[in-house]
Amino acid sequence: MKVSPGFFPLTGLATRFVDQLVQCRRLQLKVLEGSEHHVLIELPYSTELIGYPDTGVIHGGVITTLMDTASGSAVVCSIFDKFNSLELSPTLDLRVDYMKPAQPHKSVFGFAECYKLSSSIAFTRAIAYQDSIDDPIAHAVGSFMRISPDMVGDEFRRALMGDEYE
Amino acid sequence: MSDIQHASSAELNVKEIVKKATELNDFSHLLAHVPYAKFIGMEVVRFGDELVFQLPAKDENIGNPTLPAIHGGVIAGFMEMSAIVQLMVFMQTSKVPKIVDFSIDYLRAGYHRDTFAECKITRQGRRVANVNINCWQTNRKSLIATARAHFLIE
Repeated sequence: MKVSPGFFPLTGLATRFVDQLVQCRRLQLKVLEGSEHHVLIELPYSTELIGYPDTGVIHGGVITTLMDTASGSAVVCSIFDKFNSLELSPTLDLRVDYMKPAQPHKSVFGFAECYKLSSSIAFTRAIAYQDSIDDPIAHAVGSFMRISPDMVGDEFRRALMGDEYE
Repeated sequence: MSDIQHASSAELNVKEIVKKATELNDFSHLLAHVPYAKFIGMEVVRFGDELVFQLPAKDENIGNPTLPAIHGGVIAGFMEMSAIVQLMVFMQTSKVPKIVDFSIDYLRAGYHRDTFAECKITRQGRRVANVNINCWQTNRKSLIATARAHFLIE
């Protein structure tokens, strides 16, 4: 199913956030969708990311990076929607369960939700999949600490807001 | 080379590589076969019976550029790979251990500097192993992250 990114109002914000992260550019992570409820990110296959040389399967660490990034972006989007402010929330903890290896030479998609925002903590869950979200590669739950919007530097704020910056 | 030959040589590899690395006392040998280990630039040093894993500061591993801090996912990947090598060396596995679950707690920001990790195999069953991984930067006592993981082993 292809849906226009314009349908999800925070795709631009999530894209600019992910593009700020050096490692994510290196992994060529691409935000496909972003909304107040979720973020969907694509991780393309690369032989550089192989963790199992005998099969060509990518390393679990790459999936963890995808999950951490997708969950963190979902938190940014969720806070922006609810409080109309930008916060950068560091990861407190993340647990990833690996159901099956990712097939080589195919993209992996990371779908993340911020399902609860409390005054100091954001709670997330995420799924990594290839062909169908109902046939997951991995599942993750995480929590992120909320820090004051003042901690976001001006330069970073400008980069995140893009054309919408006033 | 035919596919069948290729597959069997790949299977043989792991045990041979571990054996060779043990003989040469050079475990960088092991990491050289894993593209992801090169991708993040990790290394390993042996001190007697101990392995200490190193992740030298590298610009591409940065997440948040304003601090700057290493991407949490890279720290997790580094720790997971450290656990895999620890298992291969100390359990002489014939295949690369497969990750089942990985749970990480971030205790402090991981700044843009050299990072280290050490692993402890908490329990090794016949099919599953439990590993604890600690990660620090300037001082071994102030950990930046701690993690535990289960692996399937053969």
